Amino acid sequence: MIGYILRRILAVIPVMLLVAVFVFALLRLTPGDPAAIIAGDMATPAQLERIREAMGLNQPLHVQFVTWVGQLLRGDLGTSLISNTPVTSMIGARIGPTLSIAVLTILMSVALAVPMGVIAAWKHRSGADYTVMAFSVLGFSVPVFVIGYVFILIFSLKLGWFPVQGFTPISRGIGPFLYNAFLPALTLTTIYVALIARMTRANMLEVLGEDYIRTARAKGAPERTVLFRHALKNAAVPILTVIGTGFALLIGGVVVTETVFNIPGIGRLTVDAILARDYPVIQAMILLTSFLYVLVNLVIDLSYTFFDPRIRY
Amino acid sequence: MLFKTRNFDAAPVALSAEALTVNLPDTPGVPQVLKGIDVTIRQGETVCLVGESGSGKSVTSLAVMGLLPEALKVAGGKILLQGQNLLPLSQAQMRELRAARVAMIFQEPMTALNPVLRVGDQIMEVMELHTRLSAAERRRRAIDIMEQVHLPDVPRIFRSYPHQLSGGQRQRIMIAMALVLEPVLLIADEPTTALDVTTQKQILLLIDELQQKHGTAVLFITHDMGVVAEIADTVCVMKHGEIVEHGPVEQILRHPKADYTRKLLASVPSLAPRDPRAETQDIVLRVSKLNKIYGGGGIFRKLPQAHAAKDVSFSLTRGRTLGIVGESGSGKSTVARCIMRLIDPTSGRIELDGTDIATLSRGGLKPHRKRLQVVFQDPMRSLNPRWTIAQSLIEGPLNYGTPRREAMAEAARLMGVVGLPEDSLRRYPHQFSGGQRQRIAIARAVMMRPDVLVADEAVSALDVSVQAQVLELLDQLQRDLGIAIVFITHDLRVAAQICDEVIVMQRGEVVEHGPAGEVLAHPAHPYTRALIEAAPGRDWDFQNFRSMSESQDAHPA
Amino acid sequence: MAQTPEPRSAMQPVLSVIRLPHFGIGPKIAAVVLLAIVIVTLLANWLAPHDPLTMNPLMRLQGPIEGHPLGTDNYGRDILSRVLIGGRLSLAIGIATAIVAVALGLVIGMVAGFFRTADAIIMRMMDALMAIPSILLAIALVALNGPSVGSVIAAITIPEIPRVVRLVRAVVLAAREEPYVEAAIALGSSMPKILVRHLVPNTLAPLIVQGTYILASAILTEAILSFLGAGVSTETPTWGNIMAEGRQYFRLKPELILWPGLMLSLCILSINLLGDAARDMLDPRLKKRAG
Repeated sequence: MIGYILRRILAVIPVMLLVAVFVFALLRLTPGDPAAIIAGDMATPAQLERIREAMGLNQPLHVQFVTWVGQLLRGDLGTSLISNTPVTSMIGARIGPTLSIAVLTILMSVALAVPMGVIAAWKHRSGADYTVMAFSVLGFSVPVFVIGYVFILIFSLKLGWFPVQGFTPISRGIGPFLYNAFLPALTLTTIYVALIARMTRANMLEVLGEDYIRTARAKGAPERTVLFRHALKNAAVPILTVIGTGFALLIGGVVVTETVFNIPGIGRLTVDAILARDYPVIQAMILLTSFLYVLVNLVIDLSYTFFDPRIRY
Repeated sequence: MLFKTRNFDAAPVALSAEALTVNLPDTPGVPQVLKGIDVTIRQGETVCLVGESGSGKSVTSLAVMGLLPEALKVAGGKILLQGQNLLPLSQAQMRELRAARVAMIFQEPMTALNPVLRVGDQIMEVMELHTRLSAAERRRRAIDIMEQVHLPDVPRIFRSYPHQLSGGQRQRIMIAMALVLEPVLLIADEPTTALDVTTQKQILLLIDELQQKHGTAVLFITHDMGVVAEIADTVCVMKHGEIVEHGPVEQILRHPKADYTRKLLASVPSLAPRDPRAETQDIVLRVSKLNKIYGGGGIFRKLPQAHAAKDVSFSLTRGRTLGIVGESGSGKSTVARCIMRLIDPTSGRIELDGTDIATLSRGGLKPHRKRLQVVFQDPMRSLNPRWTIAQSLIEGPLNYGTPRREAMAEAARLMGVVGLPEDSLRRYPHQFSGGQRQRIAIARAVMMRPDVLVADEAVSALDVSVQAQVLELLDQLQRDLGIAIVFITHDLRVAAQICDEVIVMQRGEVVEHGPAGEVLAHPAHPYTRALIEAAPGRDWDFQNFRSMSESQDAHPA
Repeated sequence: MAQTPEPRSAMQPVLSVIRLPHFGIGPKIAAVVLLAIVIVTLLANWLAPHDPLTMNPLMRLQGPIEGHPLGTDNYGRDILSRVLIGGRLSLAIGIATAIVAVALGLVIGMVAGFFRTADAIIMRMMDALMAIPSILLAIALVALNGPSVGSVIAAITIPEIPRVVRLVRAVVLAAREEPYVEAAIALGSSMPKILVRHLVPNTLAPLIVQGTYILASAILTEAILSFLGAGVSTETPTWGNIMAEGRQYFRLKPELILWPGLMLSLCILSINLLGDAARDMLDPRLKKRAG
């Protein structure tokens, strides 16, 4: 058991290292002068030199990489070219809104999607199943910002239930927080629910065809017991997996949603950095979100042992 | 006493199905899967439903349990459990009945238990669902029934998950679960088919023991006539959804009336060894000191090494058949795959016509491949589903430079040899039955004119009548072409039927090696003896409708 | 089984799969809608009532009026014409992405599935690539390489590749264990021959399904990139760009986002529905359960 956990943690290191290499290579291996790309077409030679200096672009690639990784290990994500503030403090200032909305989204999604998927699989080829499937395909097909604007149009502009934009931190009370955060979270929930409900349904369908489900029925177990005691626990591992891999989708969604609802989170920070070609910030954000993705999936991997006793090597 | 001869006429009827009809309402033509069958099972009686695949025997059992798949519907008749008709009952009423009055065990103990729940909890769940016993009482009764099914170290197994138990132990758990509430009727659907023969024997004895103890009526579904001979009081022979014949077991086995029953019984291979084919001096395959070791682990993980084959040696002469017999995990398939060089042996020599092929590279192997061909177990998967039969058949010869026209002509000729129409060549595998596909796979191997044919459980997936035909085909090809065959099997009957020589393997080691007649008639090693003793129905000569001793009197050796 | 009528052509196994009786109404409607969108998009030059690029400062942000059934945008350009034309590049980028991603993924996945030595390295690289959120990776790539169509296609393609690689590798690994592949080894077929003749055909069905999903996802990603200001040059009308410009005027004129959003969603919805239908047809497990 301990061995399994250690192995899983160790296996994450090469992936993280490769992510770092990719992110590093993004700028350096782009055709053309990186400094010119960052500075834009109008830059003067002096500006270019300043950027090269600030980012260490004058040094050989391997030196740059080692220096950069060294900085990362010390917790230094670099300094913004625009505002000249350390990226870590920029992120620190803006991670709150993003995290609170993300957590709200995950809670709402799982609470909605898992029962939806279970019912769809149980009532396979019924009206309920088709409704869940239709909703799920729709969630995949409408761009998240369109969903956001439609919600604003209906719930804010027409009905006036929620504000159009803005954010109130959770520290100012749960009510004011939800007043602002509910619509963005609902927007993100739509796509996340589509994904999880679909996977839950597919895996439940598969599990419901297994021999031990027939055994449970032969024991005289009522459907509720069959579904939740026998089937769902067996389907848990793939459902957890998709919650983990769907995390990438969530990050992409956050970036867009924060733009739509004008929320001062790290998604907005990233988009602004990209439009301003503030490369240290872009690099740090990609790295950070990737590491976050890897860690979330590591935690999910480790939680498998809780659901499936066979995973204990 | 060869058979059970108990009389149940006075016992109360536990279950009777009357004119039970099941059909496929949504399929065009509404085909009938059960055509009005009648079965009666009395208290304490074992009724065997025997038949080949597609005979409707499993559908019968699922209909009784009310667990038919959605596509199937009961169209008529009655199912009476102690006089109460089950068909009008609601789902909830049926649920109350299951496990409490009718219990069922299934074929695959490996998949029939929920992998994420402890087996003790799974047994106790039955009582949770049907009784108001206290938790302590449920636990006590679960442990009690686990002891009754002779599980070792009950406290440990009670806390175990299914994957930590062997197949036999899992089937015991299933039986414990089925019998804990002392149901009137136990339905056992091929409960020993997936088990090794020695385990099968123990499970059959256990069912018998518990049946006597509790007076349970047993509906036993099987395809295996040997098992029938062991446990049945009464036999119902099924074919295409009908019961073609039923009666006391001895009457069915000794004086079968229906043609189908006679044919079925005549197909059961005899345990009496065949007369060996003539020995020649021409050694085509010589295996010496073959070893295969798996595992050892990587950097972070130490896996226990598995010695799948230990110092296996044998030789095979032209035109003869060597059987490698063993239970699962004996290493018999490892040996076959090493010989085929589908896996690389760890050490040892494999001489094919005098050349050691054990260490040859892929390229170096190519000229030798054609002399060594293989037929696998699963006829559904051994032909590429996207290729026509012709494409599959000529693949090998084309690899060795045979002109296409010549290869096609040979393929057409071989279709005739294996008993399929010539236009089969233009068809696809899914258009053939399992037995036909196995013939095609044999034809594909024979296309290469091999010296040695490795048949890895090549008839194990086939119904017994089809199996007899395929064995006949192999025998004929061997006579005509002088092919030497390495025949891997778990089935002693099949081995007795086809092998001149036999190797018995256990845990990677050869425990006995000798002429088939010698090994099967006078086994020297205790494991061989245990295997033979466990073979169900070994005292009965099914083909001749008499006991083995009567057969021996008729043909003194 | 053996009584099945003689096959008429080599396509028989493929046809017998496609000729499913319960091919629902959903996929049929989806096919019609998608076909309509494609035709309208291709003929947009002739169908559009106005030039999509002509500005008219006197006609800014008008509601539906004579000659402009969907109204005009903030430069006075005709929204209908822009929406019709806008699909062209979106669809082209989606199709290009799907083709490139499937082709590259097929090759890499085959290598990973067949050569044990390459497998570990390739799969760790794919894990790393999957870890990088695709939207962020794509906008970074476009920001660095400039807003050309080529760089947008590359930016959307790269994050899609790992999924194809994993799929192909899984299929190859499963197929390698099939007895008919082992029989081919015994028949002396060379590894490249086995790869091309036995294994590649196995990947086709799942790749077609995956390809449709990538097509849908690529069109979606293109729109998001444009919306965030990291797509193709803003002068080119694409659905994403029209919506990006509409952002500021959303309260005044939500149609600027709703109409292209509707077209885009219908298009993606149809593709996804067709993908699902294809998957249901080609999934052997579902078939087994039905039969």
